[in-house]
Amino acid sequence: MIEIKDLYKQFGNTPVLQGINIEIKDGDIYGLVGVSGAGKSTLLRCINGLLPFEKGSLKVDGVNIQTLNGKKLREFRSTIGMIFQQFSLLERMNVLDNVCLPMRCLKYDKKKMLEKAMENLELVGLADRTKALPRELSGGQKQRVAIARAMALEPRILLCDEATSALDPNITQSILELLKKINRESNITIVVVTHQMEVVKNVCSKMSILSQGKLTISGEVKDIFLNHPESLAELLGQSVEFPKKEGKVYVEILKSAQGKDGENVISEMALAVKVPFDIVWGGMDKYRDDIAGNLVVEFEESDWEAVKKFLETKNADWRLV
Amino acid sequence: MSMSMDRLFNSIIFPGLKETIVMHLVSCAACFVIGLVFAILLVTTDSRGLRPNKIVYGIVSTIINVLRSVPFLILIIAIIPLTRAVCGTVIGTNAAIFGITIAASPMVARLLESSFKEVNPALIEAARSFGANDFQITYYIIIKEAVPSAVTNMTMAVVNVLGYTAMAGVVGAGGLGAVALTYGYQNFDDLVMYSTVVVLIIMVQIIQWVGNKIYEKVK
Repeated sequence: MIEIKDLYKQFGNTPVLQGINIEIKDGDIYGLVGVSGAGKSTLLRCINGLLPFEKGSLKVDGVNIQTLNGKKLREFRSTIGMIFQQFSLLERMNVLDNVCLPMRCLKYDKKKMLEKAMENLELVGLADRTKALPRELSGGQKQRVAIARAMALEPRILLCDEATSALDPNITQSILELLKKINRESNITIVVVTHQMEVVKNVCSKMSILSQGKLTISGEVKDIFLNHPESLAELLGQSVEFPKKEGKVYVEILKSAQGKDGENVISEMALAVKVPFDIVWGGMDKYRDDIAGNLVVEFEESDWEAVKKFLETKNADWRLV
Repeated sequence: MSMSMDRLFNSIIFPGLKETIVMHLVSCAACFVIGLVFAILLVTTDSRGLRPNKIVYGIVSTIINVLRSVPFLILIIAIIPLTRAVCGTVIGTNAAIFGITIAASPMVARLLESSFKEVNPALIEAARSFGANDFQITYYIIIKEAVPSAVTNMTMAVVNVLGYTAMAGVVGAGGLGAVALTYGYQNFDDLVMYSTVVVLIIMVQIIQWVGNKIYEKVK
């Protein structure tokens, strides 16, 4: 478990992280999102001790990382894998040597090292490219090698710093599937730093949004996207507002593929309340384990009481917008 | 005054060439070892290095700057007492190797330092992320990843050191420099003078060709 409490970090006199509180449970895939300069990559580097911080505490499995230094800090880092936006592979080493490097640094037995490297390259689907140099690989393949390298020391936690930002959508999808597979099979905790909303929706169960070094919201990914769209406005770079007419009431109805059995709120409402309405805005999205979204329905003000009564009776997820 | 081609090459140019090659190879090897040590010291103690240390960096950097500020001919004369103390003489190949090493090592250090600084800092961060220690980062990342750039810079340095070996002829080093000076300049023998020049040009061409080939292999 990663417990971050009241963490402050600054570069020179510039505050970068201000009072961050986050708890990441074992086996979670956790998203840290925010615009450029929000402090998410800095926070990620605090987790594995690459960057020190001034105030607060950061514990990984109960170990306060501020108490570690020298060899103990290096040993601690070896239990946390990390992948990067630009892959950070050694250009003069072939794929196999790149994957072996962490094990070589930790003085693994040669046979064990090669076995583990091949096992990881099988996992990422590159067992046939062991002799290739990074410049001979595509971006997606390079990131797969980086993942194989990060997994070489069998870490408990995998940190992903904008790992898919330099990849096209198809390759991004395949890397995300790989991360989900690793999470599923190894129960490894994955912390994903990204500004790509699709990445968070696709792989993360929980997320935190950072803005100018402060945490604006934390919670379940689906809940934040559906119930707190205002917290995403800065990230999406657009307003979720739509034009409203005088004398109308707008109700947002939330829908989930994994919702309550027999929940057909819209059609049942049409049959039960028998008032005219119009669907003015909405959309469905794929989340990690669900498909969910919202529909904004427009009613005459005079019909609202009847509609409200129906929604309350139905115990539907709704809110006025 | 002229001489037969046979005498020119067998008695004058080839012995000079042999001395030059010995001086050059030994000086290059010594400069590389010393320059490498100083370059590693510089990148390690730099403010953005693995072990920032303003005092060590300042001392090493100042020594290098001072030695590089003095033109080679003046430096090799200025360090004559030191050369005599170390080599027991100020003339001959050994004395020249000592002088060339003192003069060229700082250049090699700066060239290697610039190669090491070209290594992408993200690679160092990646190595730190999986628990590599400073020695491993220096060896596997900083030095190994800098090899192509270092080869280019070292080719340049080897050519410069060849120039130093020729210049050292002025202060009694022997080699092609002494041949050109004694036979060519002082005896007004253009054949010797231009033969020496041609041999030096051929040597530089060979050094550059070998450097380019090595670069293509290691890049």
